[in-house]
Amino acid sequence: MFSGLDNISQSLEAYLVLSGILFAIGSFGFLARRNAISMLMSIELMLNAVNLAIIAFGAFSLSLNVDASVIALIVIAAAAAEATIGLAIVIAIYRNKKTPLVDEYDAMRQ
Amino acid sequence: MTLPETIPLLGFGWDDLLFLTFAAAMVVAALLVVTMRDIIRCGLAMIIAFAALAGLYVIAGAPVVAAAQVLVYIGAISVLVLFAIMLTQSKIGTRELVFQTQAVPAAIASVLLALLIGLVVVATDWPEAGARIWTDTTELAMRLFDQYVLPFEVVSVLLLAAVIGAVYLAKRDRGEAD
Repeated sequence: MFSGLDNISQSLEAYLVLSGILFAIGSFGFLARRNAISMLMSIELMLNAVNLAIIAFGAFSLSLNVDASVIALIVIAAAAAEATIGLAIVIAIYRNKKTPLVDEYDAMRQ
Repeated sequence: MTLPETIPLLGFGWDDLLFLTFAAAMVVAALLVVTMRDIIRCGLAMIIAFAALAGLYVIAGAPVVAAAQVLVYIGAISVLVLFAIMLTQSKIGTRELVFQTQAVPAAIASVLLALLIGLVVVATDWPEAGARIWTDTTELAMRLFDQYVLPFEVVSVLLLAAVIGAVYLAKRDRGEAD
């Protein structure tokens, strides 16, 4: 009945396709949302998608296995730094412009 | 009592059921993050997506990364995002448009991107892909603090710089009204 789903957790392709879907969702959110914090959350989703791909490659290749975990941990730390700075910038802009919507940030255009 | 080898009635293994459950939860939560109107709910859906992803890391055999995911993403980044939402949202904000004018082209481009990635992944013959391996935590620790000790230290300096920079950016200037 569900023969296509047999051993799906043992196939590299399933993880990579999932990671691609998550990355595409994140890129849609980044391009389409008006709220600056929503855009930052979409960036977090994309970083997580990349991490999932790294872990998937590590899980199915003996020569990459431990290194993939190291890379993923460093990516997580870098993402934390990015989120901190991004949110601080959003809060600083909000204090000046009184809005979190990015299409109203037009000071450089005038 | 031990569980049977495969799930009764469905006929595939427990790992596969968990994988499908976490994958579905993650995709649905991620879609909610990018489409919901109330941004606080977007933040809460993001926590669900991160938790499902931590489960996927465990199934992929990387328990240390899963633990770091729970600690850093669910514990730290989500709380940071929720606090930033509470600092910057007004009641009027939820009534305004959620999407920019380029939302439809963005949706088309994202679907094309997902299809392209899926096509490439399926069409490629991954030569090294063997059986799934569990990451040995002891070896990971040895590698992290021996071969990769320089990136580790650089990341800690990066985090310190980020924290100081964030405090500097977000602090209120002395004498600023409001």
